[in-house]
Amino acid sequence: MPHLNRDGAPPHRIVIFGGVYNNHLSLAATLAEAERRGADEIYCLGDMGGFGPNPDKVFPLLHGAGVRCMQGNYDHSVGNRLEDCACGYTDPRDNHFARISYDYTLARTSEANKDWLRALPTGFRHTWNGKEVVMAHGSTRRTNEFLWASTSPDHFLEHLLRDAGADLLLVTHTGIPWSRTLPSGRTVINVGAIGRPANDGNLHVWAVEIDLSTPSAIRHRFLPIRYDHTALAAEMRDEQLPEEFVATILTGWWTTCLEILPAKERALGRF
Amino acid sequence: MSTPQPAPPTLPFPYLETLWLQVTGTLCNLTCKHCFITCGPNNDSHPMMTVAQLTQAVDDAIGFGVREFYFTGGEPFLHPEIEELIAFVLERGPLSILTNGLLIDAPRADRLAKLAAASPYSLDLRISLDGFTADQNDPIRGRGTFVKILGAVTRCAAAGIPPILTITEVVPSTEATLPAFQQLLASAGITRPRLKFLPPVRLGREARRDRGYKDDERLIDGDLLPDEVFSLACGTGRMVTAKGVYPCPILIEAKSARMSDRLADALTPIQLRHQACYSCHAEGLRCRT
Repeated sequence: MPHLNRDGAPPHRIVIFGGVYNNHLSLAATLAEAERRGADEIYCLGDMGGFGPNPDKVFPLLHGAGVRCMQGNYDHSVGNRLEDCACGYTDPRDNHFARISYDYTLARTSEANKDWLRALPTGFRHTWNGKEVVMAHGSTRRTNEFLWASTSPDHFLEHLLRDAGADLLLVTHTGIPWSRTLPSGRTVINVGAIGRPANDGNLHVWAVEIDLSTPSAIRHRFLPIRYDHTALAAEMRDEQLPEEFVATILTGWWTTCLEILPAKERALGRF
Repeated sequence: MSTPQPAPPTLPFPYLETLWLQVTGTLCNLTCKHCFITCGPNNDSHPMMTVAQLTQAVDDAIGFGVREFYFTGGEPFLHPEIEELIAFVLERGPLSILTNGLLIDAPRADRLAKLAAASPYSLDLRISLDGFTADQNDPIRGRGTFVKILGAVTRCAAAGIPPILTITEVVPSTEATLPAFQQLLASAGITRPRLKFLPPVRLGREARRDRGYKDDERLIDGDLLPDEVFSLACGTGRMVTAKGVYPCPILIEAKSARMSDRLADALTPIQLRHQACYSCHAEGLRCRT
């Protein structure tokens, strides 16, 4: 069944993002960009918390813009008041920073917002321009599966999309955007994250625009989102978050939780 | 009258994510004292796999939507056609190679770096070292191996493919262990260290060096945690050797663990009835990178 927006008509332009990581300033910039581009619908693929300052600031923004949100692994942990983020790091340094980030987010997220996170759906499916579009946090089969470009071979993605009955799959969870059209014509888009830069030395973050204005086609483009990163850094320092996190916002390079990066993605970073 | 053993847990098999390949079987150029499958220069319990066997297993796994490949042994670089095999796999997906590094000289490190750069997929080398000093490592891996292994690590780093150091915790780690390894890697030119610590598996030579499993070190029905299937090697992976298909890299010398001749017949639930299963569940042993 084709999805209908609030006016009863199919959407034409959709903005999709993930990985907010408490970054309410980049979220506000993303929503402003979506409005500027005339987006009919906005989707968030999950992971509202972690890393940044003042978790409760993102929720009114998401609600105010009518963003359709899904539950990421972090949202599941916070929503269910779990003891840790279930990130599964083995490196003690990664665990140290993951612990700081999670404890902070859990303590500063209101009970009402936790309840909201707990009740979020774990995926979306639409038929747009005659194509099956599936959105998931990590992958269609597991919320916390990382779809990195360098560890997602074509045959594997074909298998995943075929099993999910998807012509287009959109995911987040890794924080690094990429897209690939497979030999079958199916497409995978990792929308990246708006909460922190993509470990490439640039300070902006990424969202994705889906354009349905051409019948029977789905076009996409990555949207660089610039925001006041110095204001975010100042707020992070006010909240006494680790200087390592602040450095990522100010330099564009990841400094913590690096062990999840496959060899190719790791080699592109500075640390 | 003996008391019947409680039933072991049954582990479902949701999908094939990881294909392990016992490239050189149990043939190795070292005879590490903690080797759980007792590899060595004269152990052909699992013979070297032929190129045809390897490529067939890879192609079969691709048909089932496998995501990633692992080469292990024995020492994978003893295979006479190892570089062709690496190239073959890297055209199809990401590859991790578990090696002692001894056969990676500078030209080979450069060739591996070129293969890695030419592929859209990741190549990870996992080089094993069992201490941050020769005094710790050499009694386990063999005299002089500390210097040789560190040399291989340095050559790989210089070629642009910094390896992951895999450390079996023959001596339990302390707070000083991680910084010591990081310092060691820094001296090898690796400023972005990747380290993987593993508990020893109490089979093969390790059972003789230290001890085997105690009677109560086994899993019973109800032990498994929710979603543990996704982190256990046997939950979404299979091991193929020249002798057939096994649930994981640990159990290839357990005759009763052999599942089938063909991968297609081994993608089924299993019972975790081997004592080594205790290491993965209770001690968090994870073979994957």
